[in-house]
Amino acid sequence: MEELYGKGIVKGLGVTLKRFWNTYWDDAVWLARRITKGERRYRSVEGIAHRSSKDARGIFTIQYPEEKLPTPEEFRFLPFLIYDEGENGTKTLRCTSCGICAKVCPPQCIWIVRTTDPATGRPVPDPAEFYIDADICMNCGLCAEYCPFDSIKMDHNYELASFARNVLNKEKLSRSAAYYETIRPANATRENAARAAKEASRLAAHRPEMA
Amino acid sequence: MTNPTPEAVNLAERFPAFVSAESRPGYRGWIIEPAHLLEVATALRDEFGFDYLSSVTGVDYLPDNKMEVVYHAFKTSGGPGLEFKIQMARQDIVEAPSLVPVYPGAELQEREAWDLLGIKFTGHPDLRRILMWEGFAGHPLRKDWKEPYFEEDIKPFKNRWPDGHIIQAENKNPFGDNLAYPEGFDPEQAKFNPEEALYDALRKYQVNEVGLNTEHILVNMGPHHPSTHGVFRMAVILDGETVVSLKPVMGYLHRNHEKIGERNTYLMNMPYTDRLDYLASMSNNFAYALAVEKLMNIQPTERAEYIRVIMAEMTRVANHLWAIGFLLNDLGAYFTPMLYGQEERELILDIFEAVSGSRMMCNYFRFGGVARDLPDDAARKIQELFFERFPRRVDEIERLLSENEIIRTRGIGQGVLSGEDAIRYSAAGPLLRASGIPYDIRRADPYSIYDRFEFDVAVRQNGDIYDRMMLRFEEVRQSIRIVQQAIKQLPKGPITAVKPQYTVRVPPGEAYGRVEGPKGELGFYIVSNGKANPWRYHVRAPSFINLTAFEPMSIGQKIADVVAILGSIDIVLGEVDR
Repeated sequence: MEELYGKGIVKGLGVTLKRFWNTYWDDAVWLARRITKGERRYRSVEGIAHRSSKDARGIFTIQYPEEKLPTPEEFRFLPFLIYDEGENGTKTLRCTSCGICAKVCPPQCIWIVRTTDPATGRPVPDPAEFYIDADICMNCGLCAEYCPFDSIKMDHNYELASFARNVLNKEKLSRSAAYYETIRPANATRENAARAAKEASRLAAHRPEMA
Repeated sequence: MTNPTPEAVNLAERFPAFVSAESRPGYRGWIIEPAHLLEVATALRDEFGFDYLSSVTGVDYLPDNKMEVVYHAFKTSGGPGLEFKIQMARQDIVEAPSLVPVYPGAELQEREAWDLLGIKFTGHPDLRRILMWEGFAGHPLRKDWKEPYFEEDIKPFKNRWPDGHIIQAENKNPFGDNLAYPEGFDPEQAKFNPEEALYDALRKYQVNEVGLNTEHILVNMGPHHPSTHGVFRMAVILDGETVVSLKPVMGYLHRNHEKIGERNTYLMNMPYTDRLDYLASMSNNFAYALAVEKLMNIQPTERAEYIRVIMAEMTRVANHLWAIGFLLNDLGAYFTPMLYGQEERELILDIFEAVSGSRMMCNYFRFGGVARDLPDDAARKIQELFFERFPRRVDEIERLLSENEIIRTRGIGQGVLSGEDAIRYSAAGPLLRASGIPYDIRRADPYSIYDRFEFDVAVRQNGDIYDRMMLRFEEVRQSIRIVQQAIKQLPKGPITAVKPQYTVRVPPGEAYGRVEGPKGELGFYIVSNGKANPWRYHVRAPSFINLTAFEPMSIGQKIADVVAILGSIDIVLGEVDR
């Protein structure tokens, strides 16, 4: 048994004391910043950014829900369906009910009902119904990753506490393309460009005289 | 040192009468006649040097009417492994010889194979169900086993698309009508006690009575106990405060991950692997991707390899800081060290969130690459953290802990696992290396691009609680070194070698992919029959197998130290119970 002089404990307590001191020291530094630059340590974008940067020390916590960490672009939480808005306010879902999302979904939480043309009885590329059982969904994002029509995407809204089970239907799942562009600007720009290029080449193939 | 390849070890030449080489296409290794298994295994261990039995599992080949037990053995001196199997005719209860006398590390794994596949290992010292309870009907990993609420054998389920209408499981599967008992089993029977077998096993200890003959008492710690890191239970027999017998009891978080995995397509399994060791999802993704890539015979791109290594090492840093923090919680340092470690971990999770979209359930690896490229500022952030912040911070946490007299008194010389025992019990990861065995798969059998980086395999000699903690600090430092090198060398280029597809073609065969996860060797054994779903999907879970050594480490210790020993093993119940 080695001798117990308590030297190691004192040394360790030095570390905690330093951390304790840092919190108040940082408050003083931020007070100076507030006076000179008007930047606040709490409940401000720059304060939260500082607390999640490499320089963060002392107090580290984000005071949720008064403060919230910004969600990064790739953040994923529950899928939604995108609709494009026409000039006269018509909403058309991009979904063609091809069913790839339902096939790729690991917990199998997607149900799709196809629309059939009453005259011919053939399927129409527009879902009659679209359900996602949000309680089964594991937020893996595979549906969004493999959708060939950029129609199903992952949302950023994570505050979804509720008292009952959430089965989301087509209406509850629909969001505008504009909303998508606000939460994932880089992805939306890239995908829009790719879709435009594809559309252009398709038109060129169909009507060579217009190309 | 030269390491013979598995083919260079010619078992058929050594034992021509009862060993034959595997002949099925896509398979490898040796098939041994069950009656001679122990003889061959002893020779493998003593003559050929395969001292480390890493994985034991069974496969149900229903179409061939055969059951197979598959063993993967390695050398702790390094090099590729050797695979051997025994085959038996398929019956209700298949009998096979137990390997526990040769490799004690097979104990829990054979119990699992008995529980899930109904392979009865004769000669096993304590063959009981391990994940299921005694009133469970059948052996769920058998291919003809169906649960009471059965939908379909494989996903995607047809009722979802096309023209699917929503079905909620609880409506089709009402409470009280959703379970089946074995024949002749009545849970209402007054004399039925499912714990009896456990307590009988526990009472098999031997003790030399000297002095006063004191009464031994039986204590159940857990499953709801703050020191067990989840729903883990240990049944112990105490002589005063001293442990004389201990059995780990698990399965409270069991969801039959492997059965789910066999119903999923290959890609669908990727997010499920996140849920194994949920503190190290990137590592789990890595091992699974490696196994499937071996089967598909594809190579990830350069950039993807570097990103994978960076993510896996960041996971190790996060996991070890968590493990150290929680070990200190178990030792009574209430929350301060844990929160210090967690601060750094949060910064790593911020990066995971920006890269993969989720802090813990990353689902980031794909076959042949990764899901998406790093966002613009991720490389800069990683660089800042790993060059400027973490080296300093890890030193600081170590300064807080390493010389503390209480930690030293409670850690040094407690819960000792000797090097030989660590190998015998198939302990992996920090548990093995703290006992003086420098076995790290990143060095011993390099995968991905680990052969390009400079790092040291952390080793410590005493195999006690304190060494396991200090070893984790050292590993964190080495991981920081690897990330520093990888982020500097990170090449540009594509992030996937194949076109992203939601159905992958996997040729028939078998593969065992393994990585050095933060908790030890994480392996995936996958058998493909060429269809969209794996025929067999087995996880070699380090947290689970490390518990084999828990009992020998704890005997003779005080009950309060058992808590610390468990903390020093670092288990995650999502992986133990699967």
